[in-house]
Amino acid sequence: MYEIAAKRALNDSVTLMDIYAPLVAKKALPGQFIIFRIDEKGERIPLTIADQDSEKGTVTIIFQHVGASTRMLATMEPGQFIYDFVGPLGVASHLEGVKRACVVGGGVGCAIAYPQAKALHAMGARVDIIAGFRSKDIVILEEEMAAVCENLYVTTDDGTYGEKGFVTDKLKNLIDAGNDYDLVIAIGPVPMMKFLCKVTEPYGIKTVVSLNPIMIDGTGMCGGCRVSVGGEMKFACVDGPDFDGHKVDFDELMARNAMYRTQEQNHECRLVGGAGNA
Amino acid sequence: MPNMSPNKVAIPEQDPNVRNKNFEEVALGYTEEMAVEEAQRCLGCKHKPCVAGCPVNVRIPEFIKQVAEGNFEDAYQIVKSTNALPAVCGRVCPQETQCEELCVRGKKGDPVGVGRLERFVADYHMKHVQDKVTPPGQNGHKVAVVGAGPAGLSCAGDLAMRGYKVTIFEAFHTSGGVLVYGIPEFRLPKAIVGKEVGALREMGVDIETNMVIGKTLTVDELFEAGYEAVFIGSGAGLPTFMNIEGETLIGVYSANEYLTRINLMRAYDETFDTPLRMHKRVAVVGGGNVAMDAARSAKRLGAEEVYIVYRRSMTELPARQEEVHHAVEEGILFKLLHNPVRILGDENKTVRGIECVEMELGEPDASGRRRPIVKEGSNFEIEVDAVIMAIGTSPNPLIRRTTEGLEANRWGCIVADEKTMATTREGVFAGGDAVTGAATVILAMGAGKTAAASIDKYIREKAEK
Repeated sequence: MYEIAAKRALNDSVTLMDIYAPLVAKKALPGQFIIFRIDEKGERIPLTIADQDSEKGTVTIIFQHVGASTRMLATMEPGQFIYDFVGPLGVASHLEGVKRACVVGGGVGCAIAYPQAKALHAMGARVDIIAGFRSKDIVILEEEMAAVCENLYVTTDDGTYGEKGFVTDKLKNLIDAGNDYDLVIAIGPVPMMKFLCKVTEPYGIKTVVSLNPIMIDGTGMCGGCRVSVGGEMKFACVDGPDFDGHKVDFDELMARNAMYRTQEQNHECRLVGGAGNA
Repeated sequence: MPNMSPNKVAIPEQDPNVRNKNFEEVALGYTEEMAVEEAQRCLGCKHKPCVAGCPVNVRIPEFIKQVAEGNFEDAYQIVKSTNALPAVCGRVCPQETQCEELCVRGKKGDPVGVGRLERFVADYHMKHVQDKVTPPGQNGHKVAVVGAGPAGLSCAGDLAMRGYKVTIFEAFHTSGGVLVYGIPEFRLPKAIVGKEVGALREMGVDIETNMVIGKTLTVDELFEAGYEAVFIGSGAGLPTFMNIEGETLIGVYSANEYLTRINLMRAYDETFDTPLRMHKRVAVVGGGNVAMDAARSAKRLGAEEVYIVYRRSMTELPARQEEVHHAVEEGILFKLLHNPVRILGDENKTVRGIECVEMELGEPDASGRRRPIVKEGSNFEIEVDAVIMAIGTSPNPLIRRTTEGLEANRWGCIVADEKTMATTREGVFAGGDAVTGAATVILAMGAGKTAAASIDKYIREKAEK
C-alpha cells in the first residue's frame, strides 16, 4: 500500500499528488514513469514522473481526470492509500551534453515537460520553455517552470492568457528569430507532438517526444505499448518512453490510443456507480 | 489384485457447449470412489519408471498406494514432500510426456492417471485439512528470490524449509507469475494459486510485490541489503511478434497481453476497470498451450469463430493433447499448415482480416520436426477482427542488463549450470524460463528446487570458511 502524502489541485481537471514510495523516489530520473493501481479492481495506469523527493521518499505525479482510475484517484485525500505504485520504469531521458534546449509542453504534458526542463537547467543547459494551454483557466505549473528556464512563453489557444496561438507557431518564431536550439523536447497531446516535429524537421533540430501509450505491465511483457519508430516496432515501456520524434508514426499511435475509447465511455465508473473504495 | 481396466477412469468435465461460455474450471476432478478405482490400476512397479519422468521426483507409486487404500491425506503428504504445488501440477503438468509416458500400464491401454490422482489428493487436502504450518527454525541467513512464479515459489519454499529467511521480489501486484497472468481460470483456478502462495507466507516467506528487479532495486542492491544469495526466476515474459505487416493494427495482441487482461486484470468482469474489446472472429497464431488458452478464452468471451493458425500439422502441435482435445470440443477451428503473411486493416487501422499461405512439410529441421515450406501462390484471406500472436516468449532483459557479470546466451536466456543452477555471477542462481526460455511449470519448479539445494550448499560452505 502506498500513502498519498500530499495533494494539490492544479486546475479543475488536473491534480498533483505526492505518493510515498521511497524506493521509487530514490531511483527516479527525468523521463521515467510509474504505474499505479488504486484498488484490487483497478487498472494499471502509467504516468510519467513529475518530480521526486528522495529525502521525503515521495514521488510526484500529475494527472488529468480522464478515465475511471484518474477520476477516482482525484477524489482521494492525503492519508489514504492506493494498492500499487511501481517504478521507476522506462529509460531515463538522455540530456547529457545539451547546451541550448527548448522544452515544449502542451496542457497536462507540462507536468512531464517540467522535470526535463528542470534537469537540463540543473545540468547547466540554457533552457526555454513553451507552455501551451487551451485557455487561461487550465494553466498549470507556471511558477515552477519559470524557475527552471531563461524564458517561459505561455500560449493559449483563445488568447485569454499569455500569447494567443499554438506552441508550434511559437517554436517556429523562436527558431526563426535565431535561437540555436540543439534539442527540442515535445510533450503533450499526440497531435501537438506530431506537428511540433514537423516544425523542427526542416531545421534538422533533434526533437525528442515522450510517449504514453496504452500498456499493462510496463516491463515489456504485454507489448500493448508498441509504437513504430523509423519503421521498427518498439515497446514504449522498455525502449522509451522517449523517442526521436522525427521517426515516430504518430497517426498509428493516435489510433492505438483510441483503442478502448468506446469501452471507457461505457464503463460505469465505480465512483459514479457508488462502489466505495476505502 | 489391481484393476486391469485398460482405460483411465474418466474425469467429469463441464459440457463443452456450456463451458465454452464460462470461465469455470473445465475438469471437475475425481470423486473419492473414482480416485480409489483409478489408483487400483497402479501396479506398484518396483523399478518405479514414472518417478524418473517427474522433474521433482514425486514418489508416485507410494502416494497412489495410499489413495488406493483410501488414505488420502497420507497420499497428499507424500506428494507434498517433494512437490511444493501439487494442486497446480496435477492440473497443468504435461503428464503424458513425463510420468505417465513411462507408466507400464501405458504399453497396453491408458497409463495410470497420475495427474488426476495428484490433483485429487491436493484438492482433498485443501477441502478437508486445515494446514497448521509451523515456520521452521531460522538459520539466520537471508536469500532473495526474484519472481513469484513457479521457479521462485518452489525455490523459496525449499529454502524456507531449510531455515532460510526468504524474500520474494515480484514485479507484478500479485504473486504467481504465469500461473496468474498466463494460465486461464478454466484450467487453473486462481484461488488455488492464492492458497499455495498463502502457505508459503505462513512458512515465513516474505513477498514484496511491485518490485521490478533491475529497476526498483538491482541485484547488487539486494546483496548490499544483506541477502547472501539471489535466485532469479523471472521467467520468459517478452512476447514475440512475427515482424509482418499489420502487427500494430488495433485488434492485434500478443497472447501475453490478451491473457493478462483476462486472467490477471479480470477485464471480462464488468466490475473490474481494465477494458477489453470484444471480438467476433479471432485468429490465434501458434500451436502451443498458450495459443490454446488464448483461443479458448476468446471463445468464452463470445467470439463466434476462433481459429488456430499453425504452420505445421496436427502431429507437430506443441500443445498438450488434452488442451487440443478440449479446444476441438469447444468449437475452436484449426487452420493447420497455414502461416500468416500479413494482417489486413481498414481505414480506422483496425484488423479486418489475416492473409495466410498454405504450407507443406519438408525434411525434419534442427528441432526434429518437419520443416514447413510455403506453397507459392496459395495466399488467401480469413476475415477476422482480432489476431492474437502466440508464437513464443523470451526472457526479459531488465535483470541481465543491470547485473554485471551475469551472462546470457544469444536468445537472452541467463546462462546457468544445469546441475547447480549457478550463474556466471557468484552468489546468483537462476532457473525456470529465465534460463531455458519458455517451458513448463514443472520444469521451472524442478529448477527452483535444484537451485535451493545449491544455494543452501553455497551459503553453508561460505559460512564454514
